Formats: sequence, structure tokens, C-alpha cells
Amino acid sequence: MLETIPLSLDQVAAVAKECFDDGWRQVTMSAVDCGEAGFEILYHYDKDLVMKHYRLSIPKETVVPSISPVYFCALLIENEIRDQFGICFSDIVLDFGGALYLEAEVRAMPFCKVSVAEKQS
Amino acid sequence: MARTILPFGPQHPVLPEPLHLKLTIEDETVVEALPTLGYVHRGLEKLCEVRDFNQMIQIVERVCGICSCLHALCYCEGVEQIMGVEVPRRAKYLRTIWGELHRVHSHLLWLGLFADAFGFESLFMQFWRVRERIMDIMEATCGNRVVVSVNVIGGVRRDLTPEQCAWIEQEVAIAEKEIRQLTSTILNDYTVKKRCCGKGVLTKDQAYQLGAVGPMLRGSGWAQDARQTGYAAFGELGFEPIVEFDGDCYARSAVRFRETLQSLDLVRLAIARMPAGETATNVGGAGDDDTPQVIGGKRGDIMQAYNRDKSHRVVAAPPPNLDIPAGAIAAKVKGKPQGEAVTRVEQPRGELMYYLKADGSKHMDRVRIRTPTFANIPPLLAMLPGCELADVPVIVLSIDPCISCTER
Amino acid sequence: MFNMTKNVVANLFAKSSTRLYPFAVRGHFEGFRGTLHINIDECIFCRTCMIKCPSQCIAVDNKAGTWTCEAMSCVYCGVCVDVCPTGCLSMSKEHRPVATEKQTMAYQGVPKKKKKEAAE
Ligand code: SF4
Ligand code: SF4
Repeated sequence: MLETIPLSLDQVAAVAKECFDDGWRQVTMSAVDCGEAGFEILYHYDKDLVMKHYRLSIPKETVVPSISPVYFCALLIENEIRDQFGICFSDIVLDFGGALYLEAEVRAMPFCKVSVAEKQS
Repeated sequence: MARTILPFGPQHPVLPEPLHLKLTIEDETVVEALPTLGYVHRGLEKLCEVRDFNQMIQIVERVCGICSCLHALCYCEGVEQIMGVEVPRRAKYLRTIWGELHRVHSHLLWLGLFADAFGFESLFMQFWRVRERIMDIMEATCGNRVVVSVNVIGGVRRDLTPEQCAWIEQEVAIAEKEIRQLTSTILNDYTVKKRCCGKGVLTKDQAYQLGAVGPMLRGSGWAQDARQTGYAAFGELGFEPIVEFDGDCYARSAVRFRETLQSLDLVRLAIARMPAGETATNVGGAGDDDTPQVIGGKRGDIMQAYNRDKSHRVVAAPPPNLDIPAGAIAAKVKGKPQGEAVTRVEQPRGELMYYLKADGSKHMDRVRIRTPTFANIPPLLAMLPGCELADVPVIVLSIDPCISCTER
Repeated sequence: MFNMTKNVVANLFAKSSTRLYPFAVRGHFEGFRGTLHINIDECIFCRTCMIKCPSQCIAVDNKAGTWTCEAMSCVYCGVCVDVCPTGCLSMSKEHRPVATEKQTMAYQGVPKKKKKEAAE
């Protein structure tokens, strides 16, 4: 079973900063659609081949603070999640605005089980 | 000074796959690079909702055209972790052998393409000629050349006979000799050095903070390799990652070149140490049901020789004197996975990570694939500003981009 | 210079490093997954292959007794061969020949009678 550390929305940026200063490498983030319960985002970090995972549970339509100002490499991941799940991140260093893979006029979020029709800001 | 925006790709002579970069240039110097992806997005992760978890093995193999075996290996290890399956030791060694052969052929492919990128076409042909030996091994032992489809949950589908092992050792020795002949050309040639040394430098700190993986990370001086975590049989083989310290294109190609030779050594070591035994184990997970699923076996006369109960389950090992052709051992997958797992393997391009979530039905809930090129694009964006336009193809190629992987 | 002369001479006398194709054909190894075959007489139309095929290119109709496979969608993974309970599927090592149109392999067999019907 996967050991995860729960994370709340307002800690996201602070925890990322802490990990960064502590010398953790960001592996990736994974978003999961949990149906009614909203989304889960897992932040995976690695240091000397040991991984730790933070789990952030959010209801739909939440804007998550971006960690890309800290970890530049998160920008692609966050843009991808935005494309696939329609989860918005505030202050991504380079915001593709949901058009990394998708065309700008596509509104349905392909990876959601129930597609989120309207566009969030 | 006036700035020009130059589109690089998606169709470009050095790019085997479509990556588009918007390069802002001043004179001949790049000042900014912006990537555009999405030309080969296939939505393979999403397919887990309509294909069951056994069929996903063949699907994840098709994420990447070059390192298919390692994708399947990573996925199977994840599902095995969820279902609490211990794979037989022989299967672990077989997975290692095929995985390393994949690394060899992928690196040879890349070294060839890299030579081609600066116009060294005969070197390209030489590398691909050696690669053909490895492809032959694959074809003879797995049944397919690239997308080998040998991993299943609980083990592997084919076995190596002693003759095949001897033949592989022989071919590997010839391949090694041929690769060594090319050493002076790829590593000491004046032109090659001129094009690679000091180009696209990624400092040690940058590499780590930007999340670089694989030869990118090791070329910048970090001794980090997912094989150190000891998946498959690497825990027993004693493995030391290969490190270079300059962080430029030359260091990265040197890492790949030396890794090729190291992988050939690992193949030989794994063959020498491979224990006898079964190649697949029966998988019974949570929530047993009664539909027997037999995977990884050949029916017919061979199976008649096995002791089987009604549901095709192998209850006893085959008699040792039986002449068993490759691929004769069956395993049974019963039950459904439930839980979460994160697994990592080292692909030729770097560390590959799978996050799997299963909810106890026959479909996986989420299959998240983080491919190495995806992690290597941010470092690429950091390397490009400041370089000459003429060096862009070489630098882009030096991350060994696999765009189909990236977009899945 | 010396190196080069050596190479030139060696290459002049070495064998050709490529195959002279139409005269020397490479062939395939034993166990290569080339083409899918079915022995329709042994098929019991149980539909296992249809359910397990990852590319879902097999269609089995157990009433009409037909077995069809979209040959161009098959990815030659061999899963159907492994799962077939009667062993009527097999793979030969030769490639399917090049085609200009999509092909479907269609076979008509005798559907198995239900026990009730057989008793009548
Ligand atoms: S699995 Fe075999 S017996 Fe069953 S339908 Fe397919 S070919 Fe026929
Ligand atoms: S070989 Fe694979 S893809 Fe082809 S029909 Fe059989 S199961 Fe389907």
C-alpha cells in the first residue's frame, strides 16, 4: 500500500518550498478523478532513491496554487493536468491555458469521468 | 536588437518525432524556447477505462516504440505489488536480460541518430548494423522485434533454452567487439568533439532542480539511476551507475555509449547467474472469482504433458526431461487488483514512473505514466537560451527525445 | 593516414556487409509471431479470444459459427493463442504479405449445438 502524507490546499506552495530547500527532486504529480469526491493530486518527490508522496484532495472547481515558481519543471505537469482534468493552477510560470495538447476551442476535459463542460478561469 | 521567431519542428531532419519549439532568436543566438506538444497524443492512459488490467500490458507497451519491454515491466511490477505477488527468480532474471537488451538497442539507435544529426552518415549505418544483432536476439527469443510482449502479471511468457543463452552470449560478445571498434570514432573524433563539447551545458544543480532524469542527470554528475532501487534482478547483480561530470552534449553521449557496454556486461552476468525454475507464477488476488484465465502458455501437446487440474492450472512443474520450447509455461491470473502503487524503472532515456490505482474491478482506476522525456523537456528549455542556432538540433537530440512517450 | 589506408585495404577485401537481397533473404526465427492462423474445425466458439484480445480485432459469433479477425488491426501479441482453450489458434513465422486493402480473415465453422439440441 502506498504511504502518503496528507496535504491541504494552503500548504501546497510551502511544502514544495520546504522540499526544494531540503534537496528533494520533483518526480511528478499525478491527478486522479475520484468522481463525486473531486480530485486527488499526488505530489511525488525523490531524494537518494527514496520517494515520498503528498496527497492533496480537492473538490471540483478548486484553483490550486502552482508550485512551478519553486520547481520550474512542474510547469509541464501542471499544464498537462489542466488539459486532461480541467484543474486550474494559479500562477503557472508558463500557462498554456488548457491548450498544451488540446486545441483552444475544446472544452470537455478528456480524462474526467464526468466531463467538466464549462471552462474555469 | 531585432528578434525573430523561428519555428523548429514538428518536421525537422533530426527529429524522428514531432516536437515543435518556438525559438526566439537574436542574430544567431537563441534567447527563448517555447515547446508545443500534442502532435502525437494518443490518450493511452485513458484506455485503462475500457481495457482490462491484463490487456493494459499490451497497451502500455505501445507507449514507447523503443523501450516497450520496460514499460510492461514497470506496469507488471506495479500490479504485482498491488496484488502481493512474488515473481519467480528466473522470471526476474529474464526480465532483466530483455530489459537490458532493450537499453542496448535503444542507445545504439540513439548513437546512430546522433551521428546522423551532425551529418556523419556512415557512423549512423555502423551503429545500426550492430543494433541489428540485438534485434535478432529479440526476434529469436521473444517473438517480436521491438514490441516484445513477454511480460505478464506474475512473470514472463517465454523462457530461454541453454542453446539460446549460449547464442545470446556469443552475439553479445560480437556486438561488444563491434561497438568498441567505434569508440574512437564517436568519442575521440575531432568533428564530433567540436560539435558536442561545451554545447548545451546543464550544471549539476540545474539538472537536479529541473528534474532531469537518466543520462541527462548522470551526464551532469549525479550518480542516480533507478536500477539502484533493485527492481527485477538488479538488486542481485551489483550495479554501479555511469557518471560523467561535464554536463554537455559530449558527456551525455559518453554516458550512453558507456552504458551500452555496461548493459551488455549485465546481460552476460544475468545469463550466467540465472537460476533454474519457473518463469511465471499463478496470481490469486483479492476477490477471487471463478473464471479461469490462463495466460502465457501454449496449449496442445506440451500442455498435455503437464499435470493440470480442470481449470488449466499448472499444479506441478513440468518433468525436467521434457523438451519444452520457449513459451510453454502457463500462469493463471485470478482476482482483481485493489490498491495503489508507484513503481519506477530505468528506461534508456531515464527514470520511468508509473502510478497505478486499482479499485478492485477489472479495469484500473488510473494509470499514470511519467515518461523520462517528459521530465527532460524543462531542462531542455533551460539549456537552449544562449546557444547558437546551428547547435539546436544537436542539443535537442542530446536529450534523446521520445515525443510519443511524452504525450502518450 | 595510416589508419585510413588500413581501412581502405581491409574494406576492399572484406565480404559485403549487406545481404544481396533478392538472392539472399533473411528469413525469420523459429517462434517469431508472424501470421495468425485458426483451425476452424477445432474452434468451439467460446469467445475467449475475442474477450482477451487487447486490440479487440477478433469477432466471434457463436450462433452463426463465424470467426473473423481484422488482420490489419492485429498487433501480433499472441495473447489469443495463449488463451484459446482448444489450441486451435497458432502463429506461423512468416509475415502476412503486403496488401493494398484492409483484409479481414473470415472463417465459417459449425457452431456447437447446445446440449438440449444435441439430445434431440
Ligand atoms: S478462444 Fe479458441 S475456441 Fe474459443 S472462440 Fe477463440 S479460437 Fe475459438
Ligand atoms: S495476436 Fe493479439 S492482437 Fe492479434 S488477434 Fe491475437 S490477441 Fe488480438
